[in-house]
Amino acid sequence: MSASAITVDNLSKRYLLGHHTDPNIRNKDVNLRDAIVRAAKNLGRKTSDVMSGREMIQGDQIEEFWALKDVNFEVKEGEVLGIIGRNGAGKSTLLKILSRITEPTNGRVTIRGRVASLLEVGTGFHAELSGRENIFLNGAILGMTRADIRKKFDEIVAFSEVERFLDTPVKRYSSGMYVRLAFAVAAHLEPEILIVDEVLAVGDAAFQAKCMGKMSSVAQENRTVLFVSHNMGAVKTLTTRSILLESGVITANGPSDTVVENYLIRTLDARAKALKAKNLEGFRRGRHYDNPPAKILEVNISKADEDPDSLPEIELGSNFTIEVTLDVERPIVNGDLCVTLMNSQGERVTSLVASDRVLGLSIQPGEKVIKLSVPDLYLAPGRYFAEVWLDPMIDGISCDAIFDYPLLSVVNTGQVTHGLTRPWGTVYSKDAKWSVTEKKDPVAPVEAKAS
Amino acid sequence: MSNVVIIENGRHERNYWGDIWRYRELFYVLAWRDVAVRYKQTIIGAAWALIRPFLTMVVFTVVFSRIAKLPSDGVTPYPLLVFVGTLPWTFFSTGLTDASNSLIGNANLISKVYFPRLIVPIASVVVAFADFLIAFAILIGMMFWYRFMPTWHVLLFPVFVVAAIAATIGPSLWITALNVKYRDFRIIVPFIVQLGVYISPVGFSSSIVPPQWRLLYSLNPIVGVIDGFRWCLLGSDSQLYLPGIALSFAVIVLFLWLGVRQFRATEKSFADLI
Repeated sequence: MSASAITVDNLSKRYLLGHHTDPNIRNKDVNLRDAIVRAAKNLGRKTSDVMSGREMIQGDQIEEFWALKDVNFEVKEGEVLGIIGRNGAGKSTLLKILSRITEPTNGRVTIRGRVASLLEVGTGFHAELSGRENIFLNGAILGMTRADIRKKFDEIVAFSEVERFLDTPVKRYSSGMYVRLAFAVAAHLEPEILIVDEVLAVGDAAFQAKCMGKMSSVAQENRTVLFVSHNMGAVKTLTTRSILLESGVITANGPSDTVVENYLIRTLDARAKALKAKNLEGFRRGRHYDNPPAKILEVNISKADEDPDSLPEIELGSNFTIEVTLDVERPIVNGDLCVTLMNSQGERVTSLVASDRVLGLSIQPGEKVIKLSVPDLYLAPGRYFAEVWLDPMIDGISCDAIFDYPLLSVVNTGQVTHGLTRPWGTVYSKDAKWSVTEKKDPVAPVEAKAS
Repeated sequence: MSNVVIIENGRHERNYWGDIWRYRELFYVLAWRDVAVRYKQTIIGAAWALIRPFLTMVVFTVVFSRIAKLPSDGVTPYPLLVFVGTLPWTFFSTGLTDASNSLIGNANLISKVYFPRLIVPIASVVVAFADFLIAFAILIGMMFWYRFMPTWHVLLFPVFVVAAIAATIGPSLWITALNVKYRDFRIIVPFIVQLGVYISPVGFSSSIVPPQWRLLYSLNPIVGVIDGFRWCLLGSDSQLYLPGIALSFAVIVLFLWLGVRQFRATEKSFADLI
């Protein structure tokens, strides 16, 4: 049909990591003589590195780390390709190579067309400059000419909804306004090939919907798009084909539906690891604060089995409680916690929100557990994955979020025997009441009076 | 499709300099940003560009002329001699300091967007040049004050301005590239600037250097630039020592070549190292 826009052949990228083998350095109770001996040894090694033109690595021992290993794929002109994978799978490294920010160690990439890459929203925004000035600055950084920007200026401003604050320095903007303005500039780029990394997870729900709309219109304009996201629903809507990266290797390449399902099933291992290690390192986080007031430590179902390898099973139609353990550093006032459940096809099925609260959550510092009890869950049998959002204020900006966390599996062991088990309720079933009555004529017949 | 880009290890783009031309908008915008931001939230704003060289001149005149009793070039007023020396020196030192930190200061850009990295340090030098132009206005005022008329030598002034720019860009690129990898240079640069003002003939005339050492002295590229500035602006009382100028220019070209080479060689790994 069409020529290839991007061809990637045997692409690999190696990083060198330095380790301190001496345990004393971590304990900090190193004595002066040892410190001098080690410093001298390291100085010798660093000098020889510099002389031979090698990289200089801190530490006593050097380890090779392959962020990407023999990656091959092709993107056709006008195709929208999704790239998914867990944290540290090599997605960002791949995008950085494709955007020419860093060079590969081996292999080659051939790109036909003008590329614009959006690896972050608001790259190069300067806090001291006004919104207007930042539009020009950010536009130029993303490769637009001043003439382009001037032509689209009104559109950008209208999209960002910050007209009134155009001449205010962006350091006075709220975080929502900041990301809206930043996305607005990026959304008006018109390259032949667009590389996008996770820019949709910004702003409030209404603005996210607007961003999604813009992205799908870009995808329909027959432009080549590489789309990295952890929002499986977005990947499935926007892309037809996806690749799955795991530890620097492509482990699935095919229709997005299949690849997304494949990915979600593999997150089970990560869950087991997270529960054993009591941290959620392996999962995708979303943070919009540099120094968040609280972090999510653990997510689980109350009374879950001790075995971290198996997903807790919830009987169809039963009650259960989700427990979210938080590490709170600074008090949270008027906060919000929301859990969105996604099925194994990556479709967001339902959001669990405590709608009866007038004020938000108030949490004091310390390690705290928030319990969210859910009555009568009638989700169709199958695996469910959670997105957990923690907002310190009810303004839609999260201070921590965990994505694609395998939460529970809904099963039906036979206690529910009626129609709720039927396969046509593939997403959600609800108990309803039956009653049978005689059909009556809508217009009551006029009774003829017997005379 | 219009343009094909191939990405491989160690591959230099054939159209690197063309790319710089294509990204000239970014170059203007970065320079404009730095100029716009430089004096934001200060009370006297751009007046700082006037005050710094002016006070340097006052102090150097007092120290070198009144206290150390060094001679001027012929009848040239000593403050004028010092100020003409301060101009290129301030440009060089601010340019070098700002450029060498420019890549680290723009680390977020380097790790998120592609563009020819040369743009960043050169934009910093341009900002320093803007300060140079402001300070030049004081010089014109001083020349009126002392009723000092430049001779035909002033026609060669642009040559030395170009030399000053080249003398700043060369070492800046070299140190910038090294600074990304070895942060030692962040400590070395202020030291160079601190000592350089005494090694270079800023507060005195280079004619007081003994003749047998004059050529060696000219290995410092700034010597050639300052001598040239004085010869052009202050007229015939300052003698142009031609072998020295030639040597300084050769050193400037050498540093420029070294700087560009070092920068190009390490440019691709900046995003990984920064």
